Amino acid sequence: MVTNAASFGRSGVHDYILIRASGIILACYTLFLLGFVLTSSPLTYDAWQGLFSALPMKVFTLLALVAVLVHAWIGVWQVLTDYIKPLMLRGFLQFVFVVLVLVYLLAGISIVWEV
Amino acid sequence: MNLEIAVYRYNPDVDTKPYMQDYSLELPEGTDMMVLDVLMKLKEQDPSLAFRRSCREGVCGSDGVNMNGKNGLACITPVSSFNGKKLVVRPLPGMPVVRDLIVDLTQFYKQYEKIKPYLINDDKTPAREHLQSIEDRAHLDGLYECIMCACCSTACPSFWWNPDKFIGPSGLLHAYRFLIDSRDTATEERLDALDDAYSVFRCHGIMNCVDVCPKGLNPTKAIGHIKSMLLKRAV
Repeated sequence: MVTNAASFGRSGVHDYILIRASGIILACYTLFLLGFVLTSSPLTYDAWQGLFSALPMKVFTLLALVAVLVHAWIGVWQVLTDYIKPLMLRGFLQFVFVVLVLVYLLAGISIVWEV
Repeated sequence: MNLEIAVYRYNPDVDTKPYMQDYSLELPEGTDMMVLDVLMKLKEQDPSLAFRRSCREGVCGSDGVNMNGKNGLACITPVSSFNGKKLVVRPLPGMPVVRDLIVDLTQFYKQYEKIKPYLINDDKTPAREHLQSIEDRAHLDGLYECIMCACCSTACPSFWWNPDKFIGPSGLLHAYRFLIDSRDTATEERLDALDDAYSVFRCHGIMNCVDVCPKGLNPTKAIGHIKSMLLKRAV
């Protein structure tokens, strides 16, 4: 067995489940937003604010942001371990990407809760 | 018919870097021959050309090479399949080249060794043999036929990038062959050894292995079954 600590999941199976579960959430969120944009004509500021001020939409958005974090963490780790062989460089890039998606999540929480 | 051929040449004792050498071969009109026959004709012209071959009928798996960008066995690939185009022969990709078309498959065999390619049975040793029903035996069809030519594993990008960690399509096909064997009692131990982020899960299902397998096998399907077995016991 090959061990690793830098990925998000505890094992290959865990990563496999997480990346698919988060993918489903992101697909649902994208389809919902696409549907909203296509059916809300004209798409006014009020309609947009009305959508995001509802609690279910806030929760759905935060769920999607957490899904981005999980999906990107595992995906980037897989890509980096494929293509970047120098250990220090890979560790650094992994750190930068993880910090970036965490910032994305935290900023998202702040933005969504201010609507 | 005149056949244009380019062959990858590299002799580490003499050459500073690899190069492609052009050859030309006159084939009688209306005839066909296998790529291995072409290589043997070229070796008559140029005895320094090195390649592996043994059975010359697609059974031993020695002459796996890359022909016009696709891995395959030289001995069962007819020249006519290239429709008169220039034949470009290279060694199997991603492996260290020993010389010309000969690659070092040590890493490939190490991965094969990892999956313990033999029956493990803790039951009382039977007087004659472990019997198997016709149905149980049928599960091994499409798995046991692998001749380990390495065409699949060396066509797999996941194996190129992590040959020391990812078992590769050939090794995993063999792993499933023993996981599904009714006579084997080490299923859990075998799954334990594969349950990490690399050994099985580096397969993203691009199916290059299926595309190139000269025996028409489906390693991606076998890998899918292993993933299902790992999932079933984890969820």
